[in-house]
Parts: sequence; structure tokens; C-alpha cells
Amino acid sequence: MNLVLHVWRQKNNSEKGKMVRYEAQDINPHMSFLEMLDVVNERLIQKGEDPVAFDHDCREGICGACSLTINGRPHGPERGTTVCQLHMRHFKDGEEIYIEPWRAKAFPVIKDLVVARQAFDRIIQSGGFVSVKTGSAQDANTILIGKDTADKAMDAAACIGCGACVAACPNASAMLFVAAKVSHLALMPQGQVEKQKRVLNMVRTMDNENFGNCTNHYECEAACPKEISVDFIAQMNREYLHASINEKR
Amino acid sequence: MKLDARIPAGPLAEKWDKRRFDAKLVNPANKRKYKIIVVGTGLAGASAAATLAEQGFAVESFCYQDSPRRAHSIAAQGGINAAKNYPNDGDSVQRLFYDTVKGGDFRSREANVYRLAQISSSIIDQCVAQGVPFAREYAGYLDNRSFGGAQVSRTFYARGQTGQQLLLGAYQALERQIGLGTVKMFPRTEMLDLVLVDGAAKGITVRDMVTGQISSYAGDAVVLATGGYGNVFYLSTNAKGCNATAIWRAYKKGAGFANPCYTQIHPTCIPVSGDYQSKLTLMSESLRNDGRVWASKLKNDKRPPEAIPEAERDYFLERKYPSYGNLAPRDISSRAAKEACDDGRGAGEAGLGVYLDFADAIKRLGEKTIREKYGNLFHMYAKITGEDPYKSPMRIYPAVHYTMGGLWVDYDLMSTVPGLFVLGEANFSDHGANRLGASALMQGLADGYFILPATIADYLARLKPGAVKTDHAEFRKAETQTGDLVKKMLSINGKRTVDDFHRELGKIMWNDCGMARSEASLKHALQKIPEIRAEFWKNVKVAGANEELNQSLEKAGRVADFLEFGELLVRDALERRESCGGHFRVEYQTEEGEARRDDENFCHSAVWEYQGEGKTPVRHQEPLIYENVHLAARSYK
Ligand SMILES: Cc1cc2nc3c(=O)[nH]c(=O)nc-3n(C[C@H](O)[C@H](O)[C@H](O)COP(=O)(O)OP(=O)(O)OC[C@H]3O[C@@H](n4cnc5c(N)ncnc54)[C@H](O)[C@@H]3O)c2cc1C
Ligand code: FES
Repeated sequence: MNLVLHVWRQKNNSEKGKMVRYEAQDINPHMSFLEMLDVVNERLIQKGEDPVAFDHDCREGICGACSLTINGRPHGPERGTTVCQLHMRHFKDGEEIYIEPWRAKAFPVIKDLVVARQAFDRIIQSGGFVSVKTGSAQDANTILIGKDTADKAMDAAACIGCGACVAACPNASAMLFVAAKVSHLALMPQGQVEKQKRVLNMVRTMDNENFGNCTNHYECEAACPKEISVDFIAQMNREYLHASINEKR
Repeated sequence: MKLDARIPAGPLAEKWDKRRFDAKLVNPANKRKYKIIVVGTGLAGASAAATLAEQGFAVESFCYQDSPRRAHSIAAQGGINAAKNYPNDGDSVQRLFYDTVKGGDFRSREANVYRLAQISSSIIDQCVAQGVPFAREYAGYLDNRSFGGAQVSRTFYARGQTGQQLLLGAYQALERQIGLGTVKMFPRTEMLDLVLVDGAAKGITVRDMVTGQISSYAGDAVVLATGGYGNVFYLSTNAKGCNATAIWRAYKKGAGFANPCYTQIHPTCIPVSGDYQSKLTLMSESLRNDGRVWASKLKNDKRPPEAIPEAERDYFLERKYPSYGNLAPRDISSRAAKEACDDGRGAGEAGLGVYLDFADAIKRLGEKTIREKYGNLFHMYAKITGEDPYKSPMRIYPAVHYTMGGLWVDYDLMSTVPGLFVLGEANFSDHGANRLGASALMQGLADGYFILPATIADYLARLKPGAVKTDHAEFRKAETQTGDLVKKMLSINGKRTVDDFHRELGKIMWNDCGMARSEASLKHALQKIPEIRAEFWKNVKVAGANEELNQSLEKAGRVADFLEFGELLVRDALERRESCGGHFRVEYQTEEGEARRDDENFCHSAVWEYQGEGKTPVRHQEPLIYENVHLAARSYK
């Protein structure tokens, strides 16, 4: 198949970027989207041009590195799928495809389609953990957790930290990311002791990191490659309210 | 090169206690004066960095991804072993130890493996305390499943995302320390050289992958936890960025490289579909708990699997290995699949595939249960192949997956370079010639949470902290050399891309040094690889400049190292004139086609010492002494 790509090119963080048109010819529909870009890049290098930079690593939909906005949608058209798992058979021959980086103030562009997402790490630093030192744990089966609770915690913990939720949100809010971690730990007995401090610190760090507010558009859930539910946002809001009331007391 | 494994004397079960008791300690008040450099943030690196910082050491941590949470460990699917014996099915430390030694085809060190089995339980405790959402039974207890090479259920798992959940646990512990200021984190920073001062590891030279700046970091000890070298084959189940650069450069600075020819080919991966393919996808071994592996009994059978009647199917693992059946170890299962395909009975267009069939399991347990257990794997399979595995069997083929070889380490996990410690897949320690499923996660976390934090103090306590700074001349030298290498790659401006060379190398490695190796194929590879390397340095085209984010340059550095390392791997395979585990030499097999070990001549680890550019490296031996297990022919019948 043949495609026309419009790709965001930006030399570095300080220079302005622009969309550039490329023709991608003889693309095998069984290729993944990133394999298609590999082919385009090989050809650019051959011509002595700068290949398109994009983040990727596992190419299995689990590391959260890949981060392309395709035709305005983070990770592209297929639900519950990272762009590394998206295959060209979902596109039509002759289609024009627009490829951009995540767009969010908190995720500045480094080059082309590569953005900086350290703001997520800093949110985790501020409380996304259980403070247990290595060696101090009791036998694993002394903490009992019902299957339903464990499954629900796992649903939240499945977040891959890619940032598609932020990129999809009209306000560039990080609520779904933060809510997933807060809920994962708040659901489990291990997370109880630090639960109030955790939610307060994580939400405050999020606010300081240039993410926008959540105004319930729920675009985040639709874009999330792990289909993490916005119910966790409601859960976090409850945790937050509870913690802030207690804090004032 | 002196190879002293420093295994503590005394009975097997008491060695680890004895080592810890004999080790020197660093006074708590002095710990923060020691700086430890940890390269890699996978399970091994993240757990080590977090734990060392908890103990009070000053830690600097490095990874090439934008965040430590993206290390390749994140992709592990199936599970992690531990001798908890929760199912009460006869497991014990002794049994996990024995299974691992036998699984490794009697080519690992008894004392190390025993310690691994001893520590395994504490790992699960630690991870649960961190909030890792392991699978549970309805009553709230931890659930287990079975993995290859074991007849007990000792594998803990979190859906099909065990590696992700374990890594997030370690990552969160690491981030906590970063927040406390005890760990300084350097993401998007690639280690390009190891710096030695007076023969000891004192720091690293790195390239900032955003600005291109080349600089150095000094420390009292250096820890490499940089993962495996499977990508030397180009196509593997590893993440695209996995590389041998850190361990290879350390080797060139004097660290012994052990058993590079021990590579693992995983039996259940999605078959290659075309030349454009950039990587292979694993279908977790856990699927073999319920899936049955078969091929047609007829040659060139082009019928769709549904049209092949039961009587014309060969469930070859169940037939050949009745007591382990579909859960035979990886090396054995891979070879059996290859055998069926070589025999012309393979599935698919190219005949390179066998079936992994869930029809019976779905009939027995219902689709819902299967979906619950393996939903995400089935989903992934459907996405990649466009076929529905609930309806027709999966097509699978073996692929490069894991590397047992790595830098040689002693019982303390220290390499032959004083002050250089190596953890996780990057070392050679525990899996011998074949790793059992769900044991890499166990080893990485044992190394990082428990072993290194107990042994490194013994080395540090003998040093004055902070004695070497980056103003030392050795750092300038390393920076200049690294910078020159980068300049050279950028200046060649030839005709072929880096990927093109990588693919060519990968083909040679797979064809000549893959699942079946012969003297002739290995000699062929030994002749071809230097030719490809020579052409690389004349004809490679690397785009862009150094002073920017340059993925073409990053790849070029890694492939340049693979082009050197591949030769060592082949040389090791040629010198090991026996078959064992993942290393199968066609000349050394039994009448039934099983691997034939030669304990008389090869019951040792081969450790390679670098001799300089263009010189043949020297092969040393560390004899393997079995005092507790009987060296037996490995049988899974
Ligand atoms: C698809 C797949 C599934 C698997 N499933 C299982 C399983 O179910 N059970 C099991 O036990 N094992 C499994 N394994 C094996 C296991 O995942 C790995 O062996 C293990 O995670 C390796 O961990 P590690 O910490 O040693 O290295 P890695 O996780 O590979 O981490 C390497 C780290 O080093 C860094 N790094 C590398 N080079 C450099 C450099 N030059 N400079 C700076 N940083 C560098 C990287 O950034 C990364 O942080 C699986 C492997 C694969 C490929
Ligand atoms: S590359 Fe890892 S999730 Fe896409």
C-alpha cells in the first residue's frame, strides 16, 4: 500500500517545528505502524536526510515509550492499543496520515515526536509507593487480599505511564495517571497507612507540574491503551476529599 | 586472569550465612561517603539502587530510556518462581535448587543456585509488601501456576504482566529514594565506557542522549545491571534498545566474559512474517499450562489446522516427554519444534511454525476461564497476526529470548575487575546452559534486593571513600576515546544503514549459531563476521550529528559492539565441543537427538579474556564442582 504522511519535525526544544510531507510507498499491511516508520527512516537516511525521531522500546505495548498522536488521536484509531501494536492493515491504501507528538505543556518536545515525560516520575516520587525497606516484609500470605480487590487493584496498576491520557485531554490533565496509581495502592491493605499523605502529595505535585484541571471530558479513558477506567478518578477524588478534611482537622 | 569464585566453605545450606557473617561492614555513619554507580534500572538495577540507598549509600543510577520504569524487565509476562510451597505439592529450597541446576544442564555453580533458592521466598514477601498485585485465590491467598522444567506449582504471577508489576514495585522504591535525595537519576544517558584507576572500577563515561555531551561520573564501585545480549541476533523478543555495549566495553577493560554461547531460544513466539520485521513477540510459557503443542503427522500439510483430524496430529512434546509433556524445558521444546519443521511438517506458508492449541482447555474449563488467565496474551496474538486464537490454534515458532552467558562474577557478584559488580541478565551466574521459565525475575531481584546489598560493603569497607574524582587523567582518556569513536562513525558517510548491517549480522548468527550449531557453520560465521565488521567501518551511513538526540548514532554504537561481540559468542560455541542446554552442537547428540554433554572435558565455565584489538582472546576455565547433586543425563521423559 502507499501512504502520504505528514510528520511533525522539530530540531530541538528551542526551535519551532512544522509538519513535513513524506510519501511512504510499498508498505506491507502486516507491518506495525512503527515498522512502517522504520522503513520511511531507512529511506530518509539513504537519501542523506535526518530520520524522524520517535520513542519506542518494547514494541509489545507494555513499556509505555511509544507516544505518537495519529490523526489527532493519541496511539491512533484502535481502541486499547499502543501505537507499537497498531498494524497498517487498519489504514487504507492512499490514506493521508498526520503524525504528531504528545501535545501538553508538561511534556515539552525534545525532538520531532519525542517528548520529555519526567513530570510523571516526579509525581511518583512524591508519594506513589509503599515505604517498605528491603528486608522488613512479613510472610506474603499473612496479608490476605480478596480476589476481587486484587483484580481491581491490578486493573489500576496496569497503567504503562505513556501519557496518552494527558495528550488526549483538552486540558492536558494527568488525572487518570495519578488516579490509577493512587487507586492501585489505596485498594490494597499495604497502601493504607500512607494513603492520605500519598493522595495529597501526588495531587499537589501534579498541580505544580503544569498539568491542567480535569473537567470530566473522559477523553483520557478513550485514549488509554490499557483501557483504565475513569471510575478510578472518582475513587481518587473521594480519597482526596477525605484526606484534605482530615488534614484540616 | 585469576578466577577465584570465593565460595564460602562449609555445608551448602550454610554458605550464605557464613559469607554474610564473614563480610566486613561499613559503619552506618560512613555509608553516605561512599558513592555507588548503578547502570541499569531493570529489576536488578532498580532493586539494587533502591536498597543500597535505603542502607545509606550515595547512589547514582543510569538508564537509556526516558524513565527508569521502562527498562526491558517491564515486558516479562509469565511469572516469578519461589520455593514457598504454598500449594503443599512437595516444593522446597532443595527442589528449586535441584530443578534449576538440572534445568541448566549441570553447568552452573551449586553454591550460587542454592542461595538463589534460599532467597526466593523473601523476594515474594518484599514485593507483596510493596503492593505488587499478584494473582489471588478467592480466599485471599496468593495463587500459583506451573512453568517449564518443574513438576510443582511455584510460579507467582500478576496476570500476564508480572515483570511490569515487579518492576513498578522496584521503580517506586527507587523513585522514593530519588525523592529523598539519596539516589541521583540520569535517564536518557548511555554508558559508553568503564573507567579503571589502578586496576579498579572507579567510574563510567556516558553520552547524554539529548545533548550529545560526553562526560564522566566517578564512584567507589560500579554496578552493571544492563540486561542481556539477545539482540546480537537482530530478531529477538528483547526490547529494541537492549544491547551489549556496557558489558562489552567492560570486557575490553579486563572483565572476563563467561559462556557467551549459552543463549536461550524460547519455543513459543509468534513466527516471523516478513523482512521488514523489527522484533519477535513472545507468547508466555505459562500458556503451556493449558495449551497443547502439535504438528501435523504429514509432510507439507497445507490444510488449515481445524481440517487436520485428531489422528493425524502429532502432540510431539507429550509423545517424547510424557512426564513433563507440554511443560518440557525451553531448550528441549524448541529443538523438538525445529525438528518437526525440519522434517517438513511445519505450519504456515514457510513451514516454520507449530500449533499451540487451546481447544481442549476451552472445552474443559470454558472460554471465560481461559480469557481470565491469558486474556492479554490472546489479545496480543490477535492484534499481531489478525487471527483469533479462541477459534483456531496459535501458530508459534522458537525465537531468541534470553542469554545465560554474561560477565563472570564471583560469589559476591564481583567481576574479575575489582569494584565492578554485575547483576541480573548481564552476569552469567545462576542458570548454567539453560534458564528455567520464571527464574530470571527471581535472579534479578535476588541479586538486587538481597545479594549485592550484603556483599558490596565487604569491598567498600577496604577503601577510603571518594578517593578518585573525575579530574583523574583516566577519565579524560576515556572521554577522548569515546568522542573519537562517535566522530569516526559519523564521518564514514557510506551507503548502508546501521539496521542493514544489524540484519546481516543477525542472519549469520541465527543460521550459523542458532538452535543447531556445527563446526562448519561456526567456522563460516567466524569468517563472515569480521568481513561484515570491516565493511561496517568503511560503508556505514549514520545520519545527523553528535550534539543532538540522534537515534541513528545510538544504534550505530550498539551494532558496532555486536559486530565484535558476535564473534566471541561464535568462538565460544566452537570451543565448547559438547551439547548442553541451549548450546546444541549437532556433532554431539544421542541417538534420539538429545543433547550429549561431555562432563569429562567440559564441566566448566569458559571465561574469555580480552587481549587487544585484532588479537584472539584467551579462554580460561572455572571448573564446576558438584558436591551435592549427582551429574546425571538430563531426562524429562
Ligand atoms: C518478552 C519477555 C518475557 C519475559 N518473561 C519472563 C518471565 O515471565 N519470567 C522471568 O523470570 N523472566 C522473563 N523474561 C526474562 C527477564 O525479563 C529478563 O531476563 C530480566 O527482566 C532482565 O532484567 P535486568 O534487570 O537484568 O535487565 P533489563 O530489565 O534488561 O534492564 C536493563 C537496564 O539497563 C539499562 N541499560 C542497558 N544498556 C545501557 C547502557 N549502555 N547505558 C545505560 N543504561 C543501559 C537499560 O536502560 C535498562 O534500565 C522475559 C524476557 C522477555 C524478553
Ligand atoms: S514501544 Fe513499548 S509500549 Fe510501545
